[in-house]
Amino acid sequence: MSIIPADTLRPTSRALFLAFLTASVVAFGGALPMVRRMIVERRRWLTAAEFTELLALCQFLPGPNAVNLTVAMGARFRGAPGALAALAGLLAAPMAIAIGLGSAYARYGELPLVHRAFAGLAAAAAGLILATACKIAWPLRNRPVDVAVAAVAFTAIALIRLPLLPTMLALVPIGIALQRRRAA
Amino acid sequence: MNASSGEVGWLALGYAQMSLLAVGGVSAVLPEMQRLVVTRHAWMGGPEFAALFALAQMAPGPNMLVATLVGWRVAGLPGALAATLGMIGPSSLLTWATAGAWHRFRERPWRRRVQAGLVPVTVGLIMAGAALLVASTSTGLLTSAITLAVTLAVLGTRLHPLALLAGGAATGILFDAG
Repeated sequence: MSIIPADTLRPTSRALFLAFLTASVVAFGGALPMVRRMIVERRRWLTAAEFTELLALCQFLPGPNAVNLTVAMGARFRGAPGALAALAGLLAAPMAIAIGLGSAYARYGELPLVHRAFAGLAAAAAGLILATACKIAWPLRNRPVDVAVAAVAFTAIALIRLPLLPTMLALVPIGIALQRRRAA
Repeated sequence: MNASSGEVGWLALGYAQMSLLAVGGVSAVLPEMQRLVVTRHAWMGGPEFAALFALAQMAPGPNMLVATLVGWRVAGLPGALAATLGMIGPSSLLTWATAGAWHRFRERPWRRRVQAGLVPVTVGLIMAGAALLVASTSTGLLTSAITLAVTLAVLGTRLHPLALLAGGAATGILFDAG
C-alpha cells in the first residue's frame, strides 16, 4: 500500500494474534465494530481513513467481511504469517464458544423449557437479520432501478428458490450495466 | 454424530462455493446455505437450521460462525473445520491477492460502478435470507410477534442485540413458544 510504516510501528504476528483475540471475545452482534475500535482507537495501527478504505475493499469482495478485513490487516503488516496469526486470533475463541453452545443445544435441546427458549431465541435472531436487511435496503428507496434489481434477486432466491450461482451470474452484470448507464 | 468423509467433502465444497458468492457478507448466502443443508442434503430441518443460526448469533465474533455450527452438527469437529475453512478460505485468498490492486484502482470510475452495481443484488439476497429465516422461525403468533418486536427494537432503539436475543428467549419460555 501507499505508505509502509516504519518497522517499530508494525505490529508483530504475535501482537496481531493477541489484538484480534481480545477484540473477538467481546464482539457481540458482529465483529467489525470491536475490530475497528481495537485497530484504530486503541492500538492506532491504522488511521480512521485507512480503515475505511480497507473496509470498502472487504465489503466489496465476497466472503465474511470481518474475516476479509482481518486477512487484509494481517497481510499488510506481516504478509501471509501475519494474516494467518490475525485470522487465528479472530476465530479461535468464537469458534470454541459457538461449538460449546452447539453442544449444550444438542444435549438439552429436547427439554421442553430449552425448546421454548430456542423457539423464542431463533425468532429474535430472525428479527435481528430482518432489521439489518431493512437498514441496508433503506438507502435504495429513491432509486427505482436498484429496487427492481433487488426485487428480482429476492424473487429468484426466496420465492423461486433458484441456486445462488446462476442467479448471480445473471444479475451481477445487469446490476453493473445499469449503474454504467446511469453514470454516463 | 459420526463424521463421514463424504459429508465433510460436501461441506468443504459447498461452503467454498458460498465463500466466493458471499457478496455483502455471510447474510447474503443464508438462503443458499439453507438450500444446501435443508433441501439438497437434508442434513437437518428448517427449524434446526434457524436454531443453529440463532446460536451463532449468541456467540461473539464474526457472523460466519453459522457455517462452523452447521459443519459441527453434520460431521462433528472435522465438519466444523471443513465448513469454516471452506467459508473463509477462497475469499481470504482473494482478499490477500487483491488488497494491493484495490488500493491502486481506488480513483478509477469502474471501481465505483462495480461497487454500486453490487449493492442492489446484495440487498435482494439479504432480504431473501431474512425472509427464509423468518419463515422457518415463525411457527405461531408468539414467535412472529417476537420477530416483529426485535426488528422494531433494532430500528427504533439502541438496545444491545444480546439483550434482544435474551428477551426473545425469555419470552419464549414464559409464553410457551415451543
